[in-house]
Amino acid sequence: MEEKPRVLTIFNIVTATLLSIATWMVFFYAPLEAVMGEVQRVFYFHVASAWVGMLGFMVAAFAGVALLRTKDLKWDNVGLASVEISVVFLLIAIITGSIWARPIWNTWWTWDPRLTTTTIMELIYAAYLMLRSGIDDPERRARFGAVYAIIGFISVPLTFLSIRIFRTIHPVVIGSGDPSSEGGFDMTSTMLQTFLFSLFVFSVVYVNLLWHRIRLGRLANQVEQLRMKLMQ
Amino acid sequence: MFLLQEGPADTLAYMIAGYAVIFGLMFAYLISLIVRAKNLKQDMEVLRQIEDKNTSGQKDPHVVSDYQ
Repeated sequence: MEEKPRVLTIFNIVTATLLSIATWMVFFYAPLEAVMGEVQRVFYFHVASAWVGMLGFMVAAFAGVALLRTKDLKWDNVGLASVEISVVFLLIAIITGSIWARPIWNTWWTWDPRLTTTTIMELIYAAYLMLRSGIDDPERRARFGAVYAIIGFISVPLTFLSIRIFRTIHPVVIGSGDPSSEGGFDMTSTMLQTFLFSLFVFSVVYVNLLWHRIRLGRLANQVEQLRMKLMQ
Repeated sequence: MFLLQEGPADTLAYMIAGYAVIFGLMFAYLISLIVRAKNLKQDMEVLRQIEDKNTSGQKDPHVVSDYQ
C-alpha cells in the first residue's frame, strides 16, 4: 500500500471530530421529543445512514458509466468501494428503523412500501458484492459490476419516492410539507440543525471511508497482479 | 399508542439499542478495513520475498521485479 498521505491523516481527525460533535448534538443539543421520547434521537443518524446508502449507490452508478466510457479499471475499484460502504450504512438504517418502529408502530417490522423497497435495494447491492466475487476475469468483472450498478440504481429513486407514490405509514422527513406526502413530523429549529448537521457529517464519513476503501482496493489489485506475475 | 400518555414515552432502552447498532456496525466495518489491509500487506511482503528469491536465484528468467 502506498504511503498514507498526510492530508488523509488530517481528514481522519476532522471526520472523527465532526462525528463527535454530531453525537453531542444528538444527545445534548436537540431537545427531547414530546411524544416519542428518547427513541426519536435515533432518527438523526438513521436518516443520515440511509442518505449515505443512497449516495453511495449513486456514486457507484456514476463510476459504472465512467468505466464503460473509459474502460479504465480504476472506476471498478471506486464502484466496489462505494457499494460496500453503502450496504453497511443501509443495513444500519434498516436495523435502527426497526428499533424505532417497535415502540412507535408497536411492531419490529411491517411490509410497508418504504421498508420493502429499502430491503429490496439492500438485497440488490448485497447480491452485487456476492456475484462479482464469482467472476475471475478482472475486465469481465468490472463490466458486469458497472452494468449491474447502473441497473441497480433504479431501486434508489424508487425507494426515495416510495413514500409519495404509495400509501405508507413511514414519516416523510424531506419535503414533509408536500401535499402528496401522507405523514410527517415537525422539527424545532435545534432538531433541524442537528438533523442537517448529521447529514453533512455522515457525508464526510462516507467520503473518508471511500478514500480508505479505494486505497485498500488498489493494494488488493497490486497483490493480485504480483501473484499472477509469479505464477507465470 | 401514545394518545393517553401525559409525558414522553419511556423509550430510552430503544435509543441505546439504536446507537449501539449504529456505532457497533460502523466500528466493525472500520476494523474489517484495517484487518484486510494488514492481511494484504502481509501477502505483498511474502510475494515480494518469493519474487526476490526467484530473481536472485535466476530460477525463472521471465519474472522481473518492479516492486522495489
